[in-house]
Amino acid sequence: MKNHVLRPLWVVLGAIALLLLVRYFMVPADFGVHGESFKLSFHRLSNVDDWRNFTVKYKGNTLCIECHEENVEAHANSAHAIIQCENCHGPAENHPDNPESLALDTSRELCLRCHADLPYPSSTARNQIPPIDPNKHNPGSACVQCHNPHNPELEVG
Amino acid sequence: MSCSRRKFLKSTLKGTLAASVPLSAFRFLSPAESRAATESTGTPGTRWGFIVDTNKCVGCGFCVKACKKENEVPYDAPVTRTWVERYVVTRDGKDYIDSPMGGRDGFTDPKIRGEEIPPEEITKAFFVPKLCNQCENPPCVQVCPVGATYQTGDGVVLVDRSWCIGCGYCIMACPYGVRFFHPVYRVAEKCTFCYHRISKGMKTACVDACPFGARQIGNLLDPEDPVAQIVQTQRVAVLKDEYGTKPQVFYIGLDKNVR
Repeated sequence: MKNHVLRPLWVVLGAIALLLLVRYFMVPADFGVHGESFKLSFHRLSNVDDWRNFTVKYKGNTLCIECHEENVEAHANSAHAIIQCENCHGPAENHPDNPESLALDTSRELCLRCHADLPYPSSTARNQIPPIDPNKHNPGSACVQCHNPHNPELEVG
Repeated sequence: MSCSRRKFLKSTLKGTLAASVPLSAFRFLSPAESRAATESTGTPGTRWGFIVDTNKCVGCGFCVKACKKENEVPYDAPVTRTWVERYVVTRDGKDYIDSPMGGRDGFTDPKIRGEEIPPEEITKAFFVPKLCNQCENPPCVQVCPVGATYQTGDGVVLVDRSWCIGCGYCIMACPYGVRFFHPVYRVAEKCTFCYHRISKGMKTACVDACPFGARQIGNLLDPEDPVAQIVQTQRVAVLKDEYGTKPQVFYIGLDKNVR
């Protein structure tokens, strides 16, 4: 074959060899088809464990009851029992070590998530919750000044 | 050009040998071979599925808040893995839809996008939580050019943050708009069904945070599982069925206005 044909051929072959070499060192050993099909399961296997080992931050009421038994039980017998502790108190993470205390949300906006009056037909689930008009019902003051969030039937004394 | 038999056979042999050299550099796997060589990546006998009961949702947004904090999605960035949409339909058939900050702070204002809607005109109103449908046939995975996103053996679509090149094909491919760029990691981000929680036997953060039981997660392959039973025995719908993506998030009480 003529030289002017061979020379670019060597360049192309060299490029392919370089690509394979780079690929050999760059692609992790556990990269491949891990599952039913090439189409959906072509990935780095250890990434599944990366996601499995992600930190859990919301620990649930079962953690709270270990120390705050009184509060959890009072709350469990109230109309607010369906609300998880961490919805208002914030995620426990590694409490009591880190954070030592949780950032409790006592804002008016928190209560209004459910209790703000929306003028919707009764088929909307929202209408089964006692509504208030935030612009007329003591605007500016915090709900917890009068209402006990752990037991909304009680007023704060 | 003349060609003797000997010459013809010689060149054929040479040609065949030459062609087989580059071919042997590649490995072709038959489907059976590849199946035998692979291991399942998820919990065996598990197919995670999700139920959203729109009749129960009141639009409090606790699910969105919990999801963002649990999964370290920047709280004030306008991106979220799950969100709640509000639909208000009026007498003249018009629908008003909004989802301010994904419904993170709930729905406290009757105005929709600044527009006042006369209450007597409203014929129906409802809230629809949305999240990744963890499709059985996920278009987002199929378009990924580098193998950074994949489906686990138990049916959850995950993104490999260290492998994603940020091309955004998957974000364009998802018909449900559930993918976005993570503002910190600058790679494609999506709902993982809280894979770190469900693989430990917990529920997802949004399911735990919902006070009204509007969200449920379970194993569709377990006939005793409440979620599997609802999917089997009740009337459920999926979003955008016509795309053929086979979503694994099932909706109870889905309205025709929802898109």
